[in-house]
Formats: sequence, C-alpha cells, structure tokens
Amino acid sequence: MIPYIPHTPEDRQVMLSALGLTNVEELFHSIPQKHRKPEIRLPSPLSEAEVVRELKRIASRNTSAEETAFFLGAGAYRHFVPAALEAIVSRGEFLTSYTPYQPEASQGTLQAMFEYQSLLADLLGMDTVNASHYDGAAALAEGVLLAYRAKGGERKTAVLSSALHPEYISTVRTYIEPHGLRIRGPGEGAWKPEELAALVDDSVFCVAVPFPTFLGDLVVYRTLCTATHEKGALFVVSVDPISLALFEPPGAYGADIVTGEGQSLGSHLSFGGPGLGIFATRGELLRKMPGRLSGITCDRKDRNGFVLTLNTREQHIRREKATSNICSNQGHVALRAAVYLSLLGKTGLRTVAELTYRKARYASERLGSIPGYRVMNSGPFFREFVVRCPIPAEEVVHRLATQKIIPGLPLSRYYPDRTQDLLVCVTELNTKEEIDRLADALSRVGAEV
Amino acid sequence: MTYDPDVKYQKSHEWARKEGTLFTVGITDYAQDSLGDVVFVELPAVGKVVKKGEAFGVVESVKAASDVYAPLSGTIVEVNSKLKDDPALVNKEPFGGGWFVKIQASNPDEYEELLSFTEYEAFVKGL
Amino acid sequence: MKTDKKSIRTVEPFIWELSVPGRVGVSLPEADVPEYPLPGEIPLRTELPLPEVSELDVVRHFTRLSRLNFSIDTHMYPLGSCTMKYNPKVNDAVSSLPGFSEAHPLLSEELCQGSLELLYRLQTALAELSGFQAVSLQPAAGAQGELAGVLMIRAYHLDRGDRKRTRILIPDSAHGTNPASVSMAGFTAEQIPSDKRGNVDLAVLRERCDDTVAGLMITNPNTLGLFEEQIEEVTAIVHQAGGLVYGDGANFNALLGYLKPAHVGIDVMHFNLHKTFSTPHGGGGPGAGPVGAGPALAPYLPGPIVRTVEPDVRYTLFYPEKTIGRLKSFYGNFGVLVRAFTYILQMGGEGLRAVAEHAVLNANYLKHLIEKRYRIPYNRPCMHEFVATGDVAPGVHTMDIAKRLLDYGFHPPTVYFPLIVKEALMIEPTETESRQTLEAFAEALLKIAEEAVSSPELLHEAPHDTPVGRLDEVRAAREPILNRTQTGIT
Repeated sequence: MIPYIPHTPEDRQVMLSALGLTNVEELFHSIPQKHRKPEIRLPSPLSEAEVVRELKRIASRNTSAEETAFFLGAGAYRHFVPAALEAIVSRGEFLTSYTPYQPEASQGTLQAMFEYQSLLADLLGMDTVNASHYDGAAALAEGVLLAYRAKGGERKTAVLSSALHPEYISTVRTYIEPHGLRIRGPGEGAWKPEELAALVDDSVFCVAVPFPTFLGDLVVYRTLCTATHEKGALFVVSVDPISLALFEPPGAYGADIVTGEGQSLGSHLSFGGPGLGIFATRGELLRKMPGRLSGITCDRKDRNGFVLTLNTREQHIRREKATSNICSNQGHVALRAAVYLSLLGKTGLRTVAELTYRKARYASERLGSIPGYRVMNSGPFFREFVVRCPIPAEEVVHRLATQKIIPGLPLSRYYPDRTQDLLVCVTELNTKEEIDRLADALSRVGAEV
Repeated sequence: MTYDPDVKYQKSHEWARKEGTLFTVGITDYAQDSLGDVVFVELPAVGKVVKKGEAFGVVESVKAASDVYAPLSGTIVEVNSKLKDDPALVNKEPFGGGWFVKIQASNPDEYEELLSFTEYEAFVKGL
Repeated sequence: MKTDKKSIRTVEPFIWELSVPGRVGVSLPEADVPEYPLPGEIPLRTELPLPEVSELDVVRHFTRLSRLNFSIDTHMYPLGSCTMKYNPKVNDAVSSLPGFSEAHPLLSEELCQGSLELLYRLQTALAELSGFQAVSLQPAAGAQGELAGVLMIRAYHLDRGDRKRTRILIPDSAHGTNPASVSMAGFTAEQIPSDKRGNVDLAVLRERCDDTVAGLMITNPNTLGLFEEQIEEVTAIVHQAGGLVYGDGANFNALLGYLKPAHVGIDVMHFNLHKTFSTPHGGGGPGAGPVGAGPALAPYLPGPIVRTVEPDVRYTLFYPEKTIGRLKSFYGNFGVLVRAFTYILQMGGEGLRAVAEHAVLNANYLKHLIEKRYRIPYNRPCMHEFVATGDVAPGVHTMDIAKRLLDYGFHPPTVYFPLIVKEALMIEPTETESRQTLEAFAEALLKIAEEAVSSPELLHEAPHDTPVGRLDEVRAAREPILNRTQTGIT
C-alpha cells in the first residue's frame, strides 16, 4: 500500500470500469506522449520508521539552542514557549483547517484571528491589526509600499533607518525596485532621530525606523514622528513585540503603520521560519492595508459570528488592483501568538520582558568589565548589545563552540568592516550561571591574546 | 431596471445630470443591481481635476469593486458625504440620494456625447 | 440586528471576557540577576491591557474554539485548486525535533549542516520532479513565489537592455494572485480569453504576442481542471515573440511523475508545498511557495539558497549570480519545508506518481457520479479537479448548494471561481479520500439537487446545523468591527 492513498486494487477496478477505462494511465493522454511519464530519480520510498530515523540523523547535524549556553538573536529569538501552547495549536481542528472562506465552518479560526487582531492592537496601541503577513521583513516592505500608495504615488523617496535589520532593508529594496523608488538612510549611516529628520523633504513618502534597533538600541521617536508628519510623510515603525511590554508603543506617539516580527510570541527558532509578520495601521489606512481581516457580524437569527471582511482589498476580488498579492498568510503562527499572549497575559509578558532586560544588563556589565572587551552601545538597549572583542568575533565564536557556548553573532556577517564586533542576545531563558560561564570563556580568550 | 429620462449615460454605467455647467454624477440602477449591496464608496477629494473617461472613485460591494469613470472633464466641486455612513443609498436611490460627485465641467459640450436613456436602455438589454 | 456594540454575544466568550485581575497562565522563573532600573530616557509603558487568565481557562477556551471548525482531520474538503489532502502526522512530529525547532538560522555553517542538507535535498527533489535546473525555497507562499518569478522575468529583460516589455498576458481563468503579482512587479496585466474547450485561445495569443510582451503566466492544468492541450504551442508562441513563460504550480498534484513542466517550455514555476506536498494549511497559513527555474532564469532566483561544496558532506549558502535579492528574512518557512521534505522521502518517486494517478482517478470518478445532475460546462476528461455549476433548479445558486453541504457534513467545494464559469463549483477530492467517501459526497450532492426542486427553502436558509447560520457579510463590510476596542466592550 502506498502511504495515505487508501485505494485497494478492487477500488481501482470499480472506478476504472465505471469510467470505461482499463488503465489509469489512459487518464493522462492529454499530456504529449514524448513527455509523458518521465523518469523520476528520487530515492526509494521509506517507511515511517525509516523516515523518522533519517530525519533524526539530519537533525543531529545541527547544534540546537538547548544543547548550549545560547546568546544568538539578530532577528530570531529564543523565548519560553509553554507546553499548553503546543497542545492547543497542534489540535487538528486548528492545524488542518483551511482559510475561513466558509465562515459557518470556521468560527474557531475566525474568532482566534479576531482575538489575535485585538491583542496585538492593544499591544501596539494601533487602530487595526491584520491577521498576519509573512514575516517582519516582508511586512515592513509592504508597509513601505502602503505608505507610497497612501501618498498617491507622487512622492518617490523612502527614508529608512540604517539601524534596521540588514535583511529587512534588503527585502524592502526587492519590493520597491519595480516601482522606481529611492531609499535614503542606510547609505548615510543615519539612524538617530536628528540624522533621519535631516533626510526628510517633500519627495519623501515615509520614514521607517526599528524599535529596538538591530543592535539592541532603544530610541525615542516621538519628535521624529511629528517632524515627519509636518513634512507630509508617513511614519512606519518595525517593532519587537516583547519590548512593548515595558516601553511606550508606537501607536502612543502617532505612528501611521506598525510592522514587526512576532516569532518571539510563542514560536520556536525553527531555522528562521515560519515567522509572523505583524502589520497594523491607523485610521482610514485600513482601506489600503494588505492581508486578511476577521470582523464581527450576525446571522439571520441575530446570533453574532465572524467573517473575513473588507475582501475587496484583496487579490481574489481586486486582482491587478489589489492592495497586495498576498493570499496564504501565517495564520497558524498568529494563533500561536494569540495563545501565547493569553497564557502570559498582562503580568507574564511584563515579567518576560523585565527578566530579559535585567539579564541583558547583567551580561553587558560582566562582559564589559573583561579586559580587552568593550560594550559599544552608547545608550539604553533591550535584549541585545554589541561587544567589541580583542580578536575577530568569528574566531571567538569558533573557539567557544567547542565549549558548547554560542556567544552571539559576528557582525561581520552583515557589516564586513566590523570584524571585532559581536552582537550578544540575552533572554529570560538565559541563567546567571550561563552568563557567568560566557564571561569566563571570553575572559580566557582575552587572556590568550 | 429603472432609467431616469432626465439624465444622460455612459456605457460604463455612470449617469450625469445637467444643472447649467454643473453636473451631478452617479451610477445607474443596472450597475447597483450587478454589484449587490454597496458597502463602501471611495470618493475623490474636492478640487480634483478629472478628464472624461478617467476613473475618479471606486464603489465596493462584498463580492466586487468597480472603478467609477467621469462622464465629463472638469473639477470635482462637491462629493456626497452621506455615502460614508450610508453606502446603501447607492442601491436604494441610484439616481437620487445615491449620487457620487458634482463636476464643474470644463467642456460642457461633452454632455451631448453621452447616451440618451433610450440608447443606454438598448445597450443594457443587449448585454 | 445585534452588532449594536453593547450586546455582542458570540458562541464562545472572548478570552478577555474570562479575565480576572491577578490571574496568570504560566509559571516563570525568579530573577537570578540584580535589579536594574528601566532607562529614564525611554518613555515607559503605562498600561498593558492584556487578559489575566489561568492556564485552564486558556486551554478550555481555545479547545472549545477549535471544536467550532471543520478541518481535514474531521471533514472532507473538496476545495478545487487547494489540494486539501491529508496532512501526515509524522511530518509534524519530525518538524518539532529539537535539532530543527531549536536551530537558529544564523548559526555558523558548520553548526547547522543538518538544516542546510535538508534545504539542499529538498531543492534537488523539487528540481527533479519539475525538470528545472535550480530551486529557491525562500518564498513564504505561492503568491510570493509568483512575485519572485515575475521579478525574475523583469530582471532578465532589463539585463538584455530591453525596456520595451511592459505587458504580461494572463488567461481569464487565472487565480487572482496572478494579476496582483504582475502589478506588484511593475507590469501591466492583460487578460487573454479561453476557447470553447477551455484552452488558451491560440489565435488571440498569437495576435497579442509582440516585442512588448515580457511573458505569459499560465496554470496547467488550468483552473477548470483541464490540461492545456496545446501547451507546447502556447509556450513556443511566447518564446518566439521573445517573452518567457511563468507556470503557476498550484495544480501540480495532477502532474507528479507524469510531466515535468520544464519539458513543455515553462521557464519558471512556483510550487505550493501546502497543496501538492501535504503541509497543513493551519487556518490560512503558513504555506511555502518555492520557485524553480530553467537555464535562462536560474541565475536570477531569490537567495540565499544552498549548494554543496562536497556532495553529502558540506553544504553552504550562496546567492545566485544575478539574484533578484531577498523576499523575506532568512531562508523560507523552514518548519513547512521540513514537512514537505519528509513527505517526499516517504513517498519516493513511485509514490508521488501514484498520488497523481489517484488524484486524477478520484476526480474523474466523482465527476462521473454527479454529471447527470450537475452540468459540467467543459466536459472532457479532467485532471485532478473539475468545474460543475450549482444552478440545478430555478432560483437556486451555487452558494445555496455550498451552505447545504455543511449540513451534510462536508466542507463545500470552491465556489464562484474560476470567473469564466457562472455559478462555478470547483471540486477537487485529492488522492487521500477513499472511494466510499467520494460516493458519500456524491450522494449528498444528489440529495441536495433533489431538495433544490422539492424544498428549496432548505437550501436558501442553509446551513442549519452549524454553530451559526449564514452570516451577513454586507454588514461586516459596512460597519467593520475588527478588534476588542471597536466592539466598545471594555
């Protein structure tokens, strides 16, 4: 028997006879004969036990975060994922259901979406949140395009903070390239509010900034946001959601569009995907926002229920004039986020953020006091900070790997001239013991120089 | 299907009512019927200059969104703000309370190029 | 009507309605490091309006919500063009192995050879199945794959110094993502008609193909479930005019082991792993939309992708030499890619060919069971899906049939798509449904057709047996209430 195909020879016989055929291959006669049934060179099929063994072998060639003292972030973060969350989201009714186009059959999905939209709107301080985009990078790119369209397409320049995640800047470039738009900011190394403000003129349709920055810095954007609005442009903020448990959200100071990465809200590292694109807008920008939306309505007996709504923005109706081509989203990852925020709640999320903040501060103190090492952040930071090492950071990472310590990201991966710099990430899951072990290991490396 | 004999029509299903050089514009009964219940109307800003045949707005139902095209060239001097809170007016009174915009025509003779109600009725019957 | 904000009552209360101050749903460790004051310069959060509920509250709430859903695990889902096949549980089990779920994407390469090996072998397997030279696994969904493909075509022409090609042709039966992707890539989408047999109209195609055409987007089998009978002629016409052909691979389930799209002139194609390769839909996503390309377009693939410097020993990331760049962070929806890879390993080439055979057999058998009562507008042997019409009696519409099917315990087929068929009912059973299930589904459809004549109100008022009845979509769009704040309930 072939896995997952239930047909017995008798089933096939009955069905082929009903169709007046003798051989299933007759159904493929519309395929040009010379191309029909080509050789497929794949390994022989494996039984379930064999496939598990093979995948375990492959998985064992990875170093997983839990085997090490782990301090790597840079856009993917290891935070606690409760067991209750896994149990809920792995239910087949959530995992194997389809997009809720038939709402009467999908009230579970639709209400969970609505709750996600609500919890994130509260966390971000924004009017409307959609039911998810692909990840933080694609969400930012489409946020920039939304700002471009909202300004009528006449302004052609986007100001981007140079302190956005380099992969996010790269993604924005891919998305805006076909529209002939320009970017200012990364080339000038501009990331402080006054530096970015200086780049805003009448050709600018948006200013996009990160909170915190790629290097962990916390920046106050209220004044920049006001200055941006005065020049007639829109303000876009790419956020980390955990940080918003401690700090003022972008909605509070007037951001028009907020995007971000929601992987920290209940998803594992999973080698970088699937992530969760957070996407939120203020006011009437809703009408031009991409992505699905779950809304409340009634049935004919006056019972309340949920439906996908404002669909005329979307590709299946608006086609070439749609706000975006997005169809499948990251719905199940958004469900994880909704469950995460429900389990942690007001107190729990704040505790995670506080522990993260405190442990990162402790780590920066310990590492900064090692001879030969210097913390480079000049102001306050959250979860991540940069340490300048006495030898190239790549070499540091290499040496510490044998001691089962992953100390962080060598910044040369994105900034080739920053060879000595290491981006260190600390979350609520890092113990004091691990941080001390990291400090000791770095100390020994420093002493050998 | 109703037709207003006092307006003129375009094949894209808009009508125009003449009041001197000012023209009120909306969509026809046929159009609102095809769309179904209207849920949202996107109107241009007052002061926008349009050319005959150019799209100036969008009318949306749950299953479709259609561009609305100007029957004459000119400047938008008024938009129907009632449509924001009551888009159903487009379905209930397509030739009356469901009007979209008023255009100050730059070339009023363009009105004569539009279809009469009998011509439009024949056109619709042939669809 | 009860969207009067103060009186909203849903089947299940909202999670925030269960909130009691002081409750927490997790246990978190005590701080083992000193306290540090929060930075004075950064404005602090004053209020955090998240719910306060116990773990039991959360488990009960979401478990009860899940039970309001149809799903493949509970119901047959004959949704045309969605390929709602069974999602094997071993795929889920494997994707949560700590070696995968706890692997960070930015580990140095020697520490993540497992992930790189998996990505490489999946790239290779998809290339082998489709005949393409190279594959990028980065696009997060089919629509992103489409965007990638069209951007690649754009880059190809610009590279040749050709700035005249601004048009992309798309059949009128195409999925909405096709023209939407074309617009996002800066081209003009131009519709071409289908002929009476449901194929692309060759005469019109020839007429429209000139040196301003960048390419054609084609789905094969098309959204009528029909194999494009003149596919080689179609691609030849486009190539002759200097354009390239994009293949929408949504319907690849019908071709596995029977046709490699690269052999019939497709230059670039996306795969939907959440359709053909059994990964779960998750209530709307995540999916994965890898894109494969032939020699002309392979250098432009989005990156980074994986190659091997020592086969089976060492894998490394690289950017194709003329890459269009990144579409998102990291490498793709890795958790989804693991599942698809596991599926391919389990099935092997023979198994995947059997998938296509049984998918097509099931569709034709189901069509045979209902075609006497449900008109099939393009009635030639279909591939893995077919389109019927739901207007089986005066005053009865496809929507009525769809809603009544819910009462019979089946998720409805795709409705009102493709746009070229009025009252369309697009039906795709997939290969994982048994003959008995198909016969039960056919029986339900035939019973409903009878009801359409004898007691049509049963259909017009359907569904009767679901937690809520037919919902007012007009109201939802006229007065959008999209989150808690907008309900007015505090």
